[in-house]
Amino acid sequence: MAGWSKHTGQAVALPLENIDTDQLIPARFMSTPRSEGYGRFLLHDMRRDSDGDPIADMPLNRHSEASILVTRRNFGSGSSREAAVYALVDFGIRVVIAPSFGDIFASNAVNNGLLPLKLDSREVEEILAGMRDDCVTATINLETSMVRIGGECRGFELPDKWRKKLMNGWDDIDLTLDRQEEISAYRDARRAEFGWAWPR
Amino acid sequence: MTARTLFEKLWSQHVILEEEDGASLLWVDRHLVHEGSHHAFAKLAARGLPVAEPDLTFAVVDHYAPTRNRDLSKAHGDVARMIATLERNAATHGLRIFGLNDPRQGIVHVIGPEQGITLPGLTINCGDSHTSTHGAFGALAFGIGATEVAHVLATQTIWQARPKTMRITVTGKLGPAVTAKDLALNWIAKLGADGASGYAIEYAGPVVRALSMEGRMTLCNLSIEGGGRLGMIAPDATTFAYVKGRPFAPEGDDWDRATAYWATLPSDEDAVFDREVTIDGSEIAPTVTWGTSPEEALPITGTIPAPHDLPADKAPRARDALDYMGLQPGRPIAGTPVDQVFIGSCTNGRIEDLRLAAAVLKGRKAQVPGMVSPGSSLVKQQAEQEGLDIIFKEAGLEWVDSGCSMCVGMNEDLVAPGNRCASSTNRNFRGRQGRNARTHLMSPAMVAAAAVTGKLTDVRPLLEGRD
Ligand code: SF4
Repeated sequence: MAGWSKHTGQAVALPLENIDTDQLIPARFMSTPRSEGYGRFLLHDMRRDSDGDPIADMPLNRHSEASILVTRRNFGSGSSREAAVYALVDFGIRVVIAPSFGDIFASNAVNNGLLPLKLDSREVEEILAGMRDDCVTATINLETSMVRIGGECRGFELPDKWRKKLMNGWDDIDLTLDRQEEISAYRDARRAEFGWAWPR
Repeated sequence: MTARTLFEKLWSQHVILEEEDGASLLWVDRHLVHEGSHHAFAKLAARGLPVAEPDLTFAVVDHYAPTRNRDLSKAHGDVARMIATLERNAATHGLRIFGLNDPRQGIVHVIGPEQGITLPGLTINCGDSHTSTHGAFGALAFGIGATEVAHVLATQTIWQARPKTMRITVTGKLGPAVTAKDLALNWIAKLGADGASGYAIEYAGPVVRALSMEGRMTLCNLSIEGGGRLGMIAPDATTFAYVKGRPFAPEGDDWDRATAYWATLPSDEDAVFDREVTIDGSEIAPTVTWGTSPEEALPITGTIPAPHDLPADKAPRARDALDYMGLQPGRPIAGTPVDQVFIGSCTNGRIEDLRLAAAVLKGRKAQVPGMVSPGSSLVKQQAEQEGLDIIFKEAGLEWVDSGCSMCVGMNEDLVAPGNRCASSTNRNFRGRQGRNARTHLMSPAMVAAAAVTGKLTDVRPLLEGRD
């Protein structure tokens, strides 16, 4: 996975609360191998009618070049399915801006180079209010933890580990493989003291 | 030594190393995988890595398990392929697997406890958000995504930022026919679907102590629906009695050592939580959801909210949800006709849940079609020994095999478009039970009441004089 430190792109408004991962990708698509691409599944039932035709006035259909989403609280709540992140990433989304995220979604996102960018809800409402035709250009800088959107610069919090992963294109496994000695030492000590914790 | 919470005790015991920004690498005592873990196995294969600790990894067929016919040659293409993939991965890596036709098969969060794989004092991970269920035993149990599953497979460890702690104390006493499900929907309605976001929840207080292990599992299961990273309950005599003698549980000296340790786990008396919430259990009525988020719940005696009465920031979402659900604002929620019912899932598919539903259904006929899917094949067997299957069948409901079934619809057990379903599951999200399906979450007793009346109904009068 390629890392990134700065991203400029079109931000699109999706002003809904509680967009859960079942909406981001309905379960029926999840048996597909990743190599086939997940972008077409993103928000499938919101983007397409029951005949499978695109719903014309859905913001993501009007702005299919968007790489940033601006949305309301509790984005990515629900199921732990990482496929929700695959759908966003394969569609071309790099950053989601929201007041809060599902915890598991946020970890999944960072493991796939997608930034869950948290601003407080007042700021998100200001951004949404300033978007004309649901769209605006934005720049996100991981090094400075700043987002420039709608002519304003706003800071955001970014844990060091997330910054490192996103900038280097690393996932969790890359961070751990050289810690094998510490892991083995812990394991042996645990097994000596808590032998009952190993299944019969 | 400073007073510590249950969470702090378990967390510090499992930290292998901690980085400057607070991210910790934790040891994982149990890792549960299912058909949905195929992405993770593919990641492992792509890096050519083995499974680090096959003995601590258990594979379960549940998400795609067919419930009406176990003959896979008759199953929908995806179903057979997904199950075969899990079996192949388990064989490649030497993992124990509870396959489709294993008598111990069932939903991962039902069989972990049932088999004694789940124990107090452990860390437990699974690529499924309802892994919080296992916290009912006083374990640190949380759901993870596919990359993290691959990470646990490869290293038997997980990176986690330490969550804050929150205690939900439930005082008083639950009324008749009021269950752990009602309690969970109640706190989520109060705090919101992200109300516990970033927190590890500990449930405490007399109502929680009085719950059976089944009830505790239901309560912890739903922690994630309130945004909690995990939910847990301190182990006590109820916990020990449930665990003792289970196939994978410790025995003999190991049992004595384990229980001596487990007894040290409950939060110290003056331990401090980052947030305290108190709920009066006596005030909770049987609860149902009206919208498309678990936070959109109300007592069955309540009225469907009118968006214009809600705060401005809540109104648009409520309007959307009511529109999707096809409900009239301002009407009583009771009396809303349903098209079908479902009893099952890792939230409410245990033996106690089936007994409660059967108590309502006994000698009565369902007015609408419905399905009962036990949480495991052993639960199914137990229910049949008790004659519960006869009650369900005589009521006109379908008695099927165990699996995730209509909770997620991957095995094609779906609610038809536009149909309204009274469901004992955990998510009323748009499309969760099928495209345009309308889901009302409630306890299995309330689902049974909806079945016999064909409407959302207060179960309490139906249970009067029954036990
Ligand atoms: S029953 Fe539903 S919530 Fe539980 S493990 Fe299966 S899909 Fe997940």
